[in-house]
Amino acid sequence: MKLYDYILSPSCYRVRLMAALAGIKLELRPVDFHPGAEHRGPELLALNPSGTIPILTEGDLVLTQSTAMLTYIAATHAPEWLGDDKPAMRAQVAQWLAFAQRLTDSAGAARLHDMLQMPGDIVKLRLAATRTLRELEAAISAARRRGRIFLAGDRPTIADIACFPYVALAPDGGLPLDAYPSIRLWMRAVRGLPGFVEMPGIHRLHELMPEPGPQPDVVRKESA
Amino acid sequence: MNGGAMRDQWYPVAIAAQLPQKGRDSLLLGEPIHIATDETGGARVTDGAGRILPIISRYGHIWTSLGQPEQDLFPIPEADQPGRRLVDVGSVKVRCSPLRAVENFLDIAHFPFVHTDILGSEPHTEVERYEVEIRDDVDEVWATKVKFYQPQAAKSAQGGITTEYMYRVPSPTCSILYKTSPPRPGEWDVITLFVQPLTEETCEVWPWMALFDDDSSMTDMIHFQQMIFVQDRSILENQIPALLPLDPGKEIPTRADMTSIAYRRWLKRHGYTYGAQLVAA
Repeated sequence: MKLYDYILSPSCYRVRLMAALAGIKLELRPVDFHPGAEHRGPELLALNPSGTIPILTEGDLVLTQSTAMLTYIAATHAPEWLGDDKPAMRAQVAQWLAFAQRLTDSAGAARLHDMLQMPGDIVKLRLAATRTLRELEAAISAARRRGRIFLAGDRPTIADIACFPYVALAPDGGLPLDAYPSIRLWMRAVRGLPGFVEMPGIHRLHELMPEPGPQPDVVRKESA
Repeated sequence: MNGGAMRDQWYPVAIAAQLPQKGRDSLLLGEPIHIATDETGGARVTDGAGRILPIISRYGHIWTSLGQPEQDLFPIPEADQPGRRLVDVGSVKVRCSPLRAVENFLDIAHFPFVHTDILGSEPHTEVERYEVEIRDDVDEVWATKVKFYQPQAAKSAQGGITTEYMYRVPSPTCSILYKTSPPRPGEWDVITLFVQPLTEETCEVWPWMALFDDDSSMTDMIHFQQMIFVQDRSILENQIPALLPLDPGKEIPTRADMTSIAYRRWLKRHGYTYGAQLVAA
């Protein structure tokens, strides 16, 4: 699989992370997104007329939506990540993949504005991102009360991978995560997954720190 | 009038090869500026009152000043050396003091923790003794004989090497790093950090490089440097206090911080205090 990639893009990172967790190696083709705007050049527009990255190709297959790439990598190499054990779980994964797009459009756009001089109404973007983050906090908080930490069930799925990058990088767009304790524990759980890889702005867990595990104190007290 | 003695310095405001076609509003030392393309395709920079500001096009960037610079832009002789590839890395905006951005660039001790497995790795965390001086003849801060073990010193590096560094601060918001060139051990790669002070607590950072590297693609070299700088960005945005303290206060420097101490002293001596905190916290 060949990934048209940009090191600072959270959407590209989704795909790199999923591939790493599934244990497969991608062929990376770096795209000069900033400052060169190569994604809007003739070669890449021929591949993806919508002018976005990432693009994933394998044989005749060309994928231009990162959540579809997660589905493809999981389906071909790590089917347990699809989370299709039961109809309800499968539907929840699909719901979170759609939710992830709202994160891209709000927190992701705020980050591009603040970091790479992209246009946008920063006040509106941060408001929309805050609403989205609060929804996510409420959902993970509810999951924690049932002794879970991941979004669609009792194990990580492509839903977590789709949402993780834009959430973890929200502070880049002036959206601190201090007010979201459940989101922070969920991020720790994702960062602790075997095979996890980081991207600039998302640091790996420090190896010398004791691993607190996915079960926070609150859950243990409630289930005791 | 903002900026004090820093008003008369040159600052980067655009990449010379990518001038904004429709013009772009920005800030310099808290004052509005506008960067545009003139009739001949050259750059034109104006202030809030429409006054045309002086410009220099050099080292891949357009430089301007709100004041009256007495001196030309600092020299980088290596920029004209044949065989080097000149890399416009592109700008990244950071919510931090412009002086803190430079100070972070001068620091080596954070490499294993922030640029893990690239510019440093555990357990190779020790910063050996190096030399620092303020060179009065050129009025620049220099750190030399800096050595550090690096797993991947540059895009062109094959495996870990002990890299030698020299740091140079020729103006309050610009720093130049010379480091062993992996493909040409006898030469220095030049990596610069040019910082545009937007306000005292925000800046636009324009890294630029002049490297010996015949193999890597331009995009690979740009991405390598952007990766390194964005790893720093989240750290920079969380430093407290936001302004760079120039007086001894709560911070206790160690031997590894000698370059930072010299930089802060030099800033204070010249009254380069835009983005600095003068009263001990």
